[in-house]
Formats: sequence, C-alpha cells, structure tokens
Amino acid sequence: MMFVMLLFQTVLTAMTQIWANKVRALLTTLGIVIGVTAVVATVAAVQGLETSILSEFETFGTKKVYIDGRTPRKLRGRIPRWKVELKMHEVHAVVKNATTLARFTPLIFMGFDVEFEDQKVTGVQVMGIWPAWHDIEARSVLSGRPFNSVDEEQQLSVCLVNDKAIEILGLNKEPAGTAIRLGGRRFNIVGVVETKTVGPMFGGGATQAEVFIPASVALNLQPTRKWVNFLLAELKTPDMAEEAKAEVGSILRRIRQLEPGEEDTFDVAVLQSFIDQFKKVSRIITFGSVGVVAISLLVGGIGIMNIMLVSVSERTREIGLRKALGARPEVILVQFLIEAVTLCMFGGFIGLALGWSIIQVAKAAAPDMLKFAAIPLWAAVLAVGAAAITGIIAGMFPAIKAARLNPIDALRHE
Amino acid sequence: MTTTPAIQIRSLSKDYRIGTEKVRALRGIDLTIQRNEFVAIMGASGSGKSTLMNVLGCLDRPTAGEYLLAGKPTHRMGSGRLSRVRNEEIGFVFQSFELLPKMTALGNVMLPLLYSPKYWWGARGMAKKSLARVSLSDRLTHRPNQLSGGQRQRVAIARALVTNPSILLADEPTGNLDSKTSNDMMALFKQLHSEGQTIIIVTHEEDIAGNANRIVRLRDGKILSDFPTDQDPTHQAYIRAAATAAVQLAEATVTVGAAGGAA
Repeated sequence: MMFVMLLFQTVLTAMTQIWANKVRALLTTLGIVIGVTAVVATVAAVQGLETSILSEFETFGTKKVYIDGRTPRKLRGRIPRWKVELKMHEVHAVVKNATTLARFTPLIFMGFDVEFEDQKVTGVQVMGIWPAWHDIEARSVLSGRPFNSVDEEQQLSVCLVNDKAIEILGLNKEPAGTAIRLGGRRFNIVGVVETKTVGPMFGGGATQAEVFIPASVALNLQPTRKWVNFLLAELKTPDMAEEAKAEVGSILRRIRQLEPGEEDTFDVAVLQSFIDQFKKVSRIITFGSVGVVAISLLVGGIGIMNIMLVSVSERTREIGLRKALGARPEVILVQFLIEAVTLCMFGGFIGLALGWSIIQVAKAAAPDMLKFAAIPLWAAVLAVGAAAITGIIAGMFPAIKAARLNPIDALRHE
Repeated sequence: MTTTPAIQIRSLSKDYRIGTEKVRALRGIDLTIQRNEFVAIMGASGSGKSTLMNVLGCLDRPTAGEYLLAGKPTHRMGSGRLSRVRNEEIGFVFQSFELLPKMTALGNVMLPLLYSPKYWWGARGMAKKSLARVSLSDRLTHRPNQLSGGQRQRVAIARALVTNPSILLADEPTGNLDSKTSNDMMALFKQLHSEGQTIIIVTHEEDIAGNANRIVRLRDGKILSDFPTDQDPTHQAYIRAAATAAVQLAEATVTVGAAGGAA
C-alpha cells in the first residue's frame, strides 16, 4: 500500500519537477520527442502507403504479366526502336510455349480520328485486343456482347466502346448495332465496355474515351506495323512470378537468338514481383527509421543525463534532507531513475502525439496515398519503451551520483 | 530497557582532512545523556559542536570511540543500518527548517514514514497526530510558503517527532526566528520535554540554552564544562548580567521619560 504510495509520490514529484520546469523539460526531451515522432510518423506512413499500394495492385490485378520489347542500355540509339518491339510471331510463340501463363492478349495502341454521323473526334485512343482481354482486365460488357474468337479470326470490323466514348461522340445509350468510322473505315459497335477506375499510380483517375477493335484488324489498319505494344498475360498462380519471368525470357531469347551474355532485348514485368520488391523496400524503410530513433534516443539520452545532473545539483539539499530522514541510498537512486524515466516517457508521449498529428495532416494532404496510414501498436509501444529504457540508462549516472551524496555536505549546500 | 541511557559516548574522536591538513574536530568526548533529559550543547564556532551534532545524528561516523544510541552501537553500523537509525531513532530539526516547498505540511511530515515499511500502514494518521502535537491541525494542506516562520519550524518539529524517535536533535532551532517566535518555540520544546521527549539542542545563544536542564560546553573538540543549567557558572553570570542590564535599561528609560516630561 505504502510502497505504491512511495512510487506514486516519486512519480508525482517527478511530474511536479517537469511541470515546474516546463520549457526546460521540453527542450531536454527534444531529442526523444524528435526520435519518437520520426519513427512513429515514418512507420505509420510507410505502412499506410504499403496498404494503399497493395490494395491498388490488388484492384489492378497482381497476376498480370506485361511483356514488351526494350532496347538494352548499351544499344540505345544504335538500333531503331521497332526492331526490339514484340512481333506477332513472338507473341504466338509465347502463347504456345509458356506453361506458367494462362490467358493472353496483345495490346496494340493506336490513335485514330473517329467519326459518327457528322461528328468527328480526333485522336481517340484505339486499342487492338484479343477476347481474353475481358477476363484479364476484368472488364466485361455492360450491354451488347464482348469480343469472341470469330471477331479475331474473321477480322470482323467490329468495335467496343466505353461510356466516355459514347458521351463525346454523342451516341445513344445502347449503341450496339450503330456504325462509326475509324480512320475512314466503317466499324459496327457490338457492345459497351465498363470503365474501370484504377488508382493514380497507374495513370487512372480521369477516364478517357476508349475504342477497342480485334487485334488482327488493328494490325491490318496499319500494314507497315507488324509489332504489338505489349503482350499481356496472366500467371496461372500468383507464386509463379519468377518462374514466368524465366520461362518467357528463355522463349524470347531463343527466338531472338541472343547469345549468352547478351542483354535481353525485351522486358517481362510481373506485378507480383513489384509487390515483393515493394514490401522489401518498405521493410528497409521501417528498419531504417528504427535506426534513426536509436541515434536520436542516444542524443536525447545525453540531454536527459545532462538535465538530471543539473537536477541533482539543484536539489542537493533535498537529497541531503531525505537522507537525513532515513532514505537509503537505493531509494534516492530509484527516485532519480524514476524521474529520468518519467521525463523520457513524457517526451515519448509528446512524440507520439506529434507523430499522430503529422500523420493526420499528411492524410488530409494526400488522402489517396495515405488513407490507411495509422500508427501500429507495436511502433507506439516500441517507441515509448525505448524512451523509457533511454531514461534508465541516461538517468543511471546522475542517480548514482545523488545516491552517493554525503548528507552533511548536501545539507550545507547552497 | 528504561534504564539504558539515550546516548552513551566514550572517548569519541573525529578527524577531518581538509586538503593536506588534518583537523581534529573532536578529541575524546565522554558524554552520557539519560532519557528525558533536555540538553543544550554550546560552543563557539570551531568548537566541534556541529561535528558532535552530526555524529549524534548518525550523519557522520566517528574516527574512534563508541557511540551507543538507545543502547545500539552505531559506531559499528554500515550506511544502510545508519539510514534506518536516522529514520527511527532520531528526529532532526534544522535551523532553516528544510521543508520541501512543493509538499503540503502533511506531506512533509509523512516524508520520514515513507522510508520505512513498518510505518506504511497508518502513516497519514501518525502524521496528523504529530501535527496536532505542535498545534497545527488546521494547517495540514498548507504549503511551506503559506506558513509563517514559526509554523514552518513547527512542521519541521512535527516531522522530527513523527516516528517517535529516541532523541530530538535540534540544530540552532531558533536561528531563523524572531525573538517572540523563538520564545514560543522554546515553550513547545519544554512542553515536549515534559511529555517525556529526550531533547538535545545545539545553540550559541545563552538565553535559548537557558531553557534546557543541562548545558554542555565545548571548546577545541573537548568538553569544557557540563553542568545542570542552574549550576552552570557561565550561564548564571549571563543571567545576572542580563538582569543588571534590564534594570539599567529600565532606569534609563525612566530618566529619559522624566526629562522629556520636564521639558
């Protein structure tokens, strides 16, 4: 009972000391405040960013694999771009041989003037695709029908549009059966594709007018062009990311007859591997911020030690009195340790509050990126705990000094 | 037990080293103080009275000799046990009160009780009772800066008495008080003495020492004289001189008053 009271009284004494020297206490614990603020805000931001990015990846589709031509650094400017682009025969080779991939579609980006009745819209994005595109991108039709293999094989002049295209061309709400002209050629609209909003990371946000045509038709529209922008495929299972990269790589290297040691003239990007990398980076940042905290706690600890030494010399008479009244040296030691710990935890809690405020401000400033940012419990406990341990370490020397004071000299101290 | 003297000191000496110089503050003191004595220790500065005070209060250990407090050989104790003796057997009253400014009167009085688990139950009650003994029951929640000098010294006395110590040790207890408050304070000491408390005060003022029943005078670290107050020649001479001075002052006042009246 009284032990609790002694403890309580000691903590209370410490608090009164802090309160009586508010500015000093604040300046003293600045190192700890900054350290805790930094770690808490960083961890919260990184974790929040990770959550929002991962959830964005999730909506974008983590199983997607993008394959396209890429000029190696050494050859940049020496060979024309089209030479490395993915050709249709390469697309077919990958489709035929890749065991790690399931669905496939080439992506052929083009821009055409689109005409409907007397309306003419210039530079509309037109994309050549295969029917599997609907499944890979998870974009089905809202009305009409999706593409099928007949459209592709028969090279039918059919197209799909999205709602934005309907809007700018002034089509009616159910445009299936209506004809529009793309690059002077007549196309029948067979369906309306839903518009999928992707996060700002992937260039989403504002939706554009989109027109889709079968890939074979797209290549026919530009006879000189024999290449596709991307081959988009899907992993059979999410854990096949690295396998798929290796497999597609070996298929394309064989076709392109690249010698061992020669650099790839293509790129296989798997979102899953980006995610793995991102997770690794965020872990590094988290550990890094813990390192920052260690340094600032060291600096903060020196400040605490300094102020505790000041406190011991300021309160020499009090120490002398307490000893004269029968306080054993250990009691004095514990008293000053508790004071140092209280001071540090005070700084820790201020840091926690400050970190929380920073996160709130950041969330208000960048709601897309940081909407999931929150201080994890482990970070809060770790930060305040580390502050308390700093208090014990930094307070030890001044506390020992106080405990060893000779009561006679202490009472004579001015 | 009751026959054991409060204090027994045998050939006690204390040496200090200030720089390279050795100071022999106490040079063989023999002193026995019985329970319920009221003793004044007097001496000029440098006589060793402060050193004796520190040794009596177990704040300092003698270089040689024996010191038995209530029969316990303190000269053989380690610092931990001395802390306990200070806590339980000795009540200190300091010249400058030494109250903690941020604590209430009650908190200050409870302070010694915090340092010994055996007092933890009922500490508040003990502290209140002790404050009642010095007539401060109505000042429990006052802080030192809300109290007068005399009240502060009473709080200090209540704190000294709270553990029912064997001896009450007061170092110049009236040094920071005006003469009226000093008289009140000495009346309080006398009352405590009449209640059975053993009291030792260290002072350099003859009229304060006159309240004690016994005066021990120190010079150069030795006991110069040790008499009951009414047999102490120095004190008796002081009383006579003071009386003479008072009479002379009264006569002078009358003369001046008469001259003023004539003019």
